[in-house]
Amino acid sequence: MKSKASLLFITFALVALLFGILFGLFATVQYIDPDFLKEYVPFSKMRPFHVTSIISWIILCATGSIYFFISKVEKIPFSLPKLPMIHLIVFFLTGIGIYISYITGNMEGREYFAFTPILLAPILIGWVLFGINYFITIRKNIINWPVYYWMWGTGIIFMIYHLCEAHLWLIPSFREHFIKDMSVQWKSYGSFVGSWNMLVYGIGIYIMSKIKKDESVARKKTVFFFYFLGLINLMLGWAHHTYIIPTEPWIRSLSYVVSMTEWIVLVHIIYSWKKSLSLKNKQDNCMAYKFLMAADFWVFLNIILALLVSIPAINFFTHGTHITVAHSMGTTIGINTTILFASVFFIVSKIRNEILTFKNFKISYYLFNVSLLLFLSALFYAGVKRSNWMYFTKDLPFSELQDSLYSTYIVFLIFGVCLVVAISYLATVLLKIVYNTLKA
Amino acid sequence: MNNKTKNSIIVITVLVLIFCVYNFFIYTSKESEHPIELSSEALLGQKLWQKNNCWSCHQIYGLGGYLGPDLTNVYSAPNKGSNYIKAFLNSGVKSMPKFDFSEEEKNALVAFLQQIDSTGYYPNTEADIKPYGWVEIKYKNEK
Repeated sequence: MKSKASLLFITFALVALLFGILFGLFATVQYIDPDFLKEYVPFSKMRPFHVTSIISWIILCATGSIYFFISKVEKIPFSLPKLPMIHLIVFFLTGIGIYISYITGNMEGREYFAFTPILLAPILIGWVLFGINYFITIRKNIINWPVYYWMWGTGIIFMIYHLCEAHLWLIPSFREHFIKDMSVQWKSYGSFVGSWNMLVYGIGIYIMSKIKKDESVARKKTVFFFYFLGLINLMLGWAHHTYIIPTEPWIRSLSYVVSMTEWIVLVHIIYSWKKSLSLKNKQDNCMAYKFLMAADFWVFLNIILALLVSIPAINFFTHGTHITVAHSMGTTIGINTTILFASVFFIVSKIRNEILTFKNFKISYYLFNVSLLLFLSALFYAGVKRSNWMYFTKDLPFSELQDSLYSTYIVFLIFGVCLVVAISYLATVLLKIVYNTLKA
Repeated sequence: MNNKTKNSIIVITVLVLIFCVYNFFIYTSKESEHPIELSSEALLGQKLWQKNNCWSCHQIYGLGGYLGPDLTNVYSAPNKGSNYIKAFLNSGVKSMPKFDFSEEEKNALVAFLQQIDSTGYYPNTEADIKPYGWVEIKYKNEK
């Protein structure tokens, strides 16, 4: 790929991240001061802006990283070299269309896909272009695929499927049956996240194998075993999000069994990789290594939380509380964002042919991790209080619960600001480097 | 194609077949003993619910945003119901904007929430928690 599409994907991803955290910050302020920007961008609009921008960060950065690894690191020319740029243009124009849809209030969609459903068409076209180019190129050039090629391939296919599934409500027979409609909607969301996790975790394993300079990291039988386990979770493990919806009992029981295997996948892979990593390799890729180690820590914390909330008796009390938000933010920021930062640092070290040392990013790195821990702790505490309100208090109005959480929301905002500062610094530095490379 | 690749393709094919059968049952499931089909008025309410991003702040069955309360059973809750819902739509409160809905639209939103209410309970306070971690939820219209 002679074009700069991969770096442009990463540039747009970093811009989306900066917008996303800014919208997230404004939304948090509205928890404390309900009138803040209410007349212009009420919370009901601010949240879709925030969520879409953060999803865009994950998707664009993962896509750009995969394009970069294949074309620039593996030096495999794409069979259809113009498609990455067409893919980028389609996603860019769609992104503009989504923001316009939000600004003008054309938001007939649902949670995570609030935009007008017609915009699903170009999104699907982009993924199909990506898939065609990916499979033709890799099938022709690689024999005996390491696990990350399988992960990226399945991630792309399931992304297309679950994007369509998330819009089955457009068919009248689905949306008329409320319970089935809601189950399918949340089934698709769970698997949609599982699909991007396939892309992101594949990137994590790819970087590990490159830092370690050992392809066996991605070819071992155990790695494939965990990949298939992850795939089973992607396909069948969604329903622990909806235990409480009165669907048929077999759907809920099956998900209980499948969910118990969740999250062990990546921890095992990173853990076994870390054990055998030599000191020299660690120094060679300092920031990428540091962020992968941070991901390791966040995976560990999230495993505990995910496994606990997948037990129906515990889920019963945590569902519908901020503990669920702590889990999803722990995953998107703690795991996805740290792996993607590792990826961008790895890419930057390749394009500049020099290492960005930990020394220069020490403060932002620790600020990111410590403030995230405290930010999630505040959410967890709010969740415990909400659960207590739901099940152990009688007739206490919702407004009183919110008032009692005021100081918790202040703490949440303070650590949110710290997180925004850390992410902004990291993203801006990376953005500058990528932009200068594009200009050169 | 070597053996490892062949094995991976076989495993993925089996998983995809299981996935297809599973999806078939989900998509065609009856959802409950007494499935509830939304009326055309409730469907209009659902459309308004989506268009105004009510899900950003409110939850149904605990799913949605956390700035506002869960509305699964707001229709049948003591001292709440139709007029209570309409009052909030008319006046707004704190972060909730004041909506300029017509009477027909307000009725549609109430119909939507009424029909959701008839599908089940949330929080499901009468659920039975088993010692092995399972929860038997109480279904609406359960004998």
